[in-house]
Formats: sequence, structure tokens, C-alpha cells
Amino acid sequence: MTSPPTAPPKSPVVAEGAPPPPGQSPIRRVLAFLRNTWRGLTSMRTALILLFLLALAALPGALLPQNSLNQQLVEQYKTDYPAIAPTLDRLGFFDVFSTPWFAAIYLLLMISLVGCLLPRNLDFLRTLRAAPVATPRNLGRLPHHAAVTVDEDTDAVLARVRTLLGGNRLTAWRTVERDETGGVRTVSAEKGHLREAGNLVFHLSLVGLLVGIALGKLFGYEGQVIVLTGGNQFCNSSILGYDSFRAGLRVDGTELAPFCVQVNDFTADYLPNGQPDTYRAQIGYQTAEDVEAGDTSNWKPYELQVNHPLRLDGARVYLLGHGYAPQFTVTWPDGQQRTGVIQWRPVDQTTFLSEGATKFERPGVTDPAQRQDSGLAVTGLFAPTSSGGDVVTSIYPDLRNPEVAIDVMRGDLGLDDGRGQSIFTVDQSKVDSGALKQVARANLTPGQSVTLDDGTQVRFDSVTSWVSLQVSHDPGQESVLIFAILLLLGLGTSLAVKRRRFWVRLVPAGDGRTEVRLGGLARTDQAGYGEEFERLRAELLGTAPDSGGPDSGGPDSSGPDSGGPDSDAPDPDAPVTDATGPAARDAAVPDPDGPAPGPPEPDAADPDAPDPAAGTVPPDRRPTDTSDSTDRGET
Amino acid sequence: MPIDPVLAAYSDRFYLGAVAVYVLAMFLHAFEYVGSTRPVRAKALVGAGAEASAVDAVEDTDNDPAGADGPSTPKRRSRGDTCGRMAVAVTIVGLLVHLGAIVLRGLATERWPLGNMYEFVSAICFAAVVCWLVVLKKSPSLRPVGAFVLPPVFILMFLGGTVLYAQAAPVVPALQSYWLAIHVTTVTIASGLLMVAGVASILYLLVKFGRAGKLAAKLPPIDALDRLAYRVTVVGFPIYTFAVIAGAIWAESAWGRFWGWDPKETVAFVAWVVYAAYLHARATSGWRTTGAPWINVLGFATIVFNLFFINMVVAGLHSYAGLG
Repeated sequence: MTSPPTAPPKSPVVAEGAPPPPGQSPIRRVLAFLRNTWRGLTSMRTALILLFLLALAALPGALLPQNSLNQQLVEQYKTDYPAIAPTLDRLGFFDVFSTPWFAAIYLLLMISLVGCLLPRNLDFLRTLRAAPVATPRNLGRLPHHAAVTVDEDTDAVLARVRTLLGGNRLTAWRTVERDETGGVRTVSAEKGHLREAGNLVFHLSLVGLLVGIALGKLFGYEGQVIVLTGGNQFCNSSILGYDSFRAGLRVDGTELAPFCVQVNDFTADYLPNGQPDTYRAQIGYQTAEDVEAGDTSNWKPYELQVNHPLRLDGARVYLLGHGYAPQFTVTWPDGQQRTGVIQWRPVDQTTFLSEGATKFERPGVTDPAQRQDSGLAVTGLFAPTSSGGDVVTSIYPDLRNPEVAIDVMRGDLGLDDGRGQSIFTVDQSKVDSGALKQVARANLTPGQSVTLDDGTQVRFDSVTSWVSLQVSHDPGQESVLIFAILLLLGLGTSLAVKRRRFWVRLVPAGDGRTEVRLGGLARTDQAGYGEEFERLRAELLGTAPDSGGPDSGGPDSSGPDSGGPDSDAPDPDAPVTDATGPAARDAAVPDPDGPAPGPPEPDAADPDAPDPAAGTVPPDRRPTDTSDSTDRGET
Repeated sequence: MPIDPVLAAYSDRFYLGAVAVYVLAMFLHAFEYVGSTRPVRAKALVGAGAEASAVDAVEDTDNDPAGADGPSTPKRRSRGDTCGRMAVAVTIVGLLVHLGAIVLRGLATERWPLGNMYEFVSAICFAAVVCWLVVLKKSPSLRPVGAFVLPPVFILMFLGGTVLYAQAAPVVPALQSYWLAIHVTTVTIASGLLMVAGVASILYLLVKFGRAGKLAAKLPPIDALDRLAYRVTVVGFPIYTFAVIAGAIWAESAWGRFWGWDPKETVAFVAWVVYAAYLHARATSGWRTTGAPWINVLGFATIVFNLFFINMVVAGLHSYAGLG
């Protein structure tokens, strides 16, 4: 992302961006202000600052508990730090990624990016058509250069140069031949435009990625539901079917794909130390199409596992978690029986010690006052593998020796109050007010029962397991994936491809001999062009150079990278040994923006500068120049 | 899944061995700085370690010393130079032992050996040393930097073997996926590379601000350090990007969403942004040599922060450290 303000000062753009002289009309002043703001926003420096802000703004999202991840932790934090938590809450620090300030930063960054890309795109298209720049007058000042006199005339050498630089569409250099005075011919060749293309693809993919993510936030949804095993079913027909549901901004729950899932069985394998090894849920499913066709008897089998979600109807069904649901049967003195089974929640994820409350209402009681006296709740702890003894705790997550430690409460459960209450606990206010009293306490293994004072019997029958499923739908994720891949390809290309130039000047030396002068310049941070230049030189001039060849060891004989096959990419020691002359050093780092060590001579540091001897420079060279001076502004 | 206790024990021993060999290489690198310039017979010193001499000999044949030797005559080397060469040879030995530790761990557990913090840190160090040796192969004159690449490797491996150590064991169901091999391996490679780049940038800043003292005389020139940092980052950053994308793909099938701002994801994003800023700073006037190295160091600090602080202090979905 580079843009005019980082271009060399000679660029006319900067002069335009200066404040307008006084005495202009207000409209022009406003326009100038807008233009300056736009330029400021799209400058590299602004982009850098925005990148830092983005990094800084994301950090609290990792360091502070987030509502989107764990609301309990947020509540805990608020109790622990009552002094600062309200302020943090007001500023959105517990929902960092949905705050206006975070959105402002990334939107500004995207605007900056687009504003920087559009002109760049145009420039790139122009450079694609523009001819490679004229051959610099003094090729010897380039980081890679060679000069040899050969026993061929100019035309013969030129023909060989054309063959050497030609090739198929992909491998050919873009070349232009020019004539200079005195029968001198020059060839300017350029390669590596893919770098710029990769750079553009990368940045455009970033924008596409963001659009894809936004799409998911608008039209996606995510719902969690707990389903008991043993053939219980769940249908994605409405939001009401879920225990919790997070809807996208444009999701009202009326257009969910109405597929259904039946949970038949769940198995978990554990290692001897209690660490889980595998989780498997045997489920059956019916697609929305099956359901709409009325084919509701056939369930297609699927084994749902962590890492293996069920994908159907544009949604995914995940196995998120599991737990136990103890089953109790209450037999009232009049012989009526009720069986209850509801999920209890694990309080310890390693031993699956669980807590819960299974609630009963006495059947046949219609009088409200009597109902308030006769409710029963079985609450307490469940251990899948009990430690035994009076105080029950769990020592292993698998179902080896299940036992419950329960309190039986009788009285007003508060189910008629019209208020929602947790399915895992009894209403504490009813306990506090004495409306709900503990009438028995017992440790039971399956089959055992406890009898209450009025002769009611509460039996612990057995244990079933439950699974927690998540249904997710994100219409943007395929496009996000595609843009992520494009982004990676663009990034790799822009960092790997070297933008490089190669010049040949053929000077007639009389007697049918020609002096061949070569020059090369890689216009990127990465060197490593030396090897390729050396290969071109060798193919054109033969392996044994006479004068001034790169192998002759003279201080200005070769560029930093001509040291042979080992000196390919990382060759940071190059300037130590090779870049002796100021010209070589300047040209080795052809960064017009960077602080060059010492004022370089114009024709040495910038081979694009029109060489008086090279004849006329086409007027459309300006865009080429601009893009060159910015071509390192890339990620 | 059965664990082979014998192989696991050998893996642990190899790990210890690798640490010991790296420490030896570190000292040899240090001697490079104190070694006098008086030439000595190279043979006598090399004879001190049989393994070292063998590797050294191989080095000599396929990597002509002309570039690294400088002004001294080819047959006689200064004591410091000999120490440096031995340090490199010993590092290679350490790397082989280290490789043995990682491979044996994988064989013992019959899974990809990147299942907890201990294995992760070990692999990062391995990647860093490989990266360092590749750099050295391309640019032998950077050798003195080795004295600064190995200490962080040693520190990490020491922490890995003590604080972070975890018994060889299978992994939880969420980690049983081929994406483990793809995502975590690329993260380790990228972290190893970015560690080398970070060390180079730190050295650059030390030398630039005159804090390196007399060491600066033996270190490569600062623009060589800067370029080392840049080139390694330019390789490491796309790998890191790939790793993050692979992580997102994995998260989509394991956790139900490709990106959920889990603390680890958030800091990975922050690190990515910091490295993006580094590359942009390299192309911005006034930042290229002043700001950029600081940003690179900041980027590496973020990676380390993500590795230790987020895994060990902040709870999140990535808490597979095996630290109990």
C-alpha cells in the first residue's frame, strides 16, 4: 500500500496536495481539504498507524474476558474489579470485536487500502503496456554489469539477445530495442510484473475476505441444543428448539433449513488417567428435503465426532460436549408414579462430577395451593464413577460406578410463577423463604431408593447420557476460504517474485567486432538477481569473460549477488565484500524512499532517469516511474 | 493408543543430549569472540571431538572456505575462527540428536509429535536451528551471529524440559486430526524462522545504538543483520499466514467456526498485523531502517507472548499445553 505522499518529492502529486493559496473560492478550499484528507488517509504512513492501532485494539480482546466467549468470566471479572469494570464495560472492552472503535479502525484501514489500490491498479495496467525504460548511459554503475568485445557484428549479437530474452508468454522478457547515435543498439528488458500483480491480489483478497466475513455476520447463525441419547430428536425448524441461539443481523429464524437429527447413542473412551480419547455420537438425520417430502421414517445414519461435523443443507452440526442425565422415579403413597430424566451439568470436566435438579409435580393435583405444597425436586451431585463413602465425589469420567448424592426438596418449586428458572438448580429464593424444604438426603446407586416422611418413594433408576450439539450456518465461509487462498498466493508471489531489469548495449567496435555491455538491476529488496544475471551473461558472452567480467574479481566487476549458486536468496553478507563503490551500494538498495547513504549521482541511483544520450523518452513514462518508486510498498 | 515407554525414555534422553550439545556449540561460538587472532594448527583443535571433525570435514569439502576465511591463509586459521567452525559442526550434531528426540517422541506416542507445549517448543527450536544453518550455508560470513541464535534456543529448550515438560501421551479428541500436522507444523516452522529474524533485528538495534560494545567488531555489519532479518521474515511471514489460515480451516471443523477471537487467535492476528506493519515499514521512507527493526522485534515479542502468556495464563480453546 503506497500512495502519492510517499512518492519521491519530484512527483507532481505532492505539489498538488499542498494547501491551496489564499484567495480561492470556499468550494475549492473544501475540495482541497477533502483531497488532502483522502491523500492523508491513503498514505502508507497512515496505513502503518492504522495497522498498529488495529493490533493494539485487538489486544484487550485477548487479555480481558469477552462476552462472546465466556459470560461467566466477564461476570467474575466485574465482581473482582468493581472499580474499573463499569468503565471498561461502558467502553466496550468486554465486547472488543463488536465495538464501534474497533470497527472504525478496520474500516478506515480498508478505505485506506482501497484508496491506495485503485490508483495502483491503474498504474499497474499502464506499466503493463508501457515499454521498458531506456538503457542507462553508464551500465558499469549498475550492481550487475559486464562488458565484453565479441567477434560478431551488432546484428548477429542482437539476434542472439532476442533469442535469449525470448521464449513463451510466461518466460519471455518484455523488451524494447532502441537505436542510439553511431550505430549503437540497445535492448531494455524487464521481468517480474507478477510481483505487482501478486501484491494487488493480496490486498484485494483482504477486502474480499472482509466482505465474506461480513456476509457471515449478516446471514449466519449459531445455535446450541442439548439432546438426550436414546432416540431423542431435534429439528432445526425454529429458534425455539435451541437452548441458546446467536442470530446474524438479518436472521429472524423463519428461514432455517428444517432438517432433523436423532441422537441414538453416545460413547466416550477414556485413557486410564481419565483423559478422553474419543467421543462418538451415533445419530440419524433427515435433510430439509426429506422432511418437506414427508419422508420422516428413514434416518440416515452418521457417526458424529469432534473434528467430523455433519454437513447438510448449508449448515453444520457439531458435537460440542456431553454429560449425564440420571433418571429418577417417584412413587407417591397413592401409587401414582412419575419418571423424570433431565440433563445434569458437569461441574468438573475431568471427572464429570455433575450437578442438577430433576423436578416433579404430583399428578392429579389441580388446586394451586396444594400444588405449591407438593412439588418435589431431586437435587445434588452425580458421580459417574463414585469414590464411595459418605461424601460422594467422582474419580473417573466414565460410567463405572454411578452414584448420586441427593437432597429431596418438597414444596413450592416456583414453576407456576411465570418466571424462567434454571433447569440445573432449584429456585433459591423459594428455599430461603421456606417454601421449599429439604425432606431427605441420601446417597443412591442405581436401583436404590429413599422413602420420604409421607411414604413417597424416590428411586434412582439409571443413567442416560446427553450430547450438546451446535448447528452453525455461515453463507460467507466459502468465499472467505477462497479469498484466504488467493491472499496467500498473492502474498507468496509478491514476496518471491523479483522485479528485475536487464539492459544490453551493442557498440560497434570495427572489423565486425562488437562491444557488448550488459547491465542488470533488481528493483526489490531481495537480491538474488546475480545468479540469473550471471546465467544470462554466460549464455550471451560465453563462460570465460575477458574484461570486466564478474569473475575477474575487480572491485566494480560484479553486483552483490554474483558469487555463485550459494548466494541465492539470503545473502546478507554481500555488501561487505562486494559493494565497495558508492554507486554499487546505492544501486544495491534501489529504494528511492529509503535514506540512501550519501547523495547518489542521478544516473547511478536511478537508471530510469532519462539518459540524454539514450534519445527521447516517451511521455508516458511517468506512470512507470511512479509505480517503480512505489513497488516496494507491499506486503 | 499405546505409549511405548522405552522409546519415550530414549526421546527424553535425546532431548537432554541435544540441549547439552547446543550448549557446547554456544560456548564454542562465544570463544569465537574471545579467541585470539593468532593462527594455530586447525587439526589439533578439531581432534578434540571426533564427531565434530567428521562433520567439519564434510563442511570443508563442499563449502569452500574462501568466503569465510578472510585475510588468513587457507591452511592456518585463527583460534577464534576454528572455534566458530567447530561451533557450526557441533550445532549440526545437536540438530541431528534433536531430530532423533522429536522422531522418537512421535514413534513412542504413535502420533504427530506436536501435541503439547513441550513438543511444540522443542519443534520451534528445531526449526530455528535448521533455519539458522540454512542461512549460514548461504552466507557463511554471518557465523558470529550464531552466538546469539543459540541462547534463545537453549532458554526455550530448558523451559521446555523443565516447566513445560509433559509425559508422552495421546492427545484429546479435538486434536485428533490431520490438521494438527498441517497447522501446528507450519506454526512451528514460522515461529522458528521469525525467532531467527527477531534475533537479527535485536542485534541490529544493539549494534546501531552502540550497546554491543566490543562484540560489534566481530559481528557482521549492521546492514547485513538488517537484511538477514528481512529475508528470513519474508520467508517466515507467508508460512505464518498459511498456518493461520490452516488453523481457521481446522477450527471450522473442530469448534464450529473458522474464527472466533479466541485469545490465541486474537494474538495470532495481532502478530500477523505487526509483521504486516514491518513489511510496510520497510517500504516507507523514514521507517525502513529506524522503525522497521523495532517492529520486527515487537512482532517476535508478540509470538513469544502468544506462546507462553496466552497458553499458560489466559484460558482459551488453545489450552492444550498439557500443564494440568
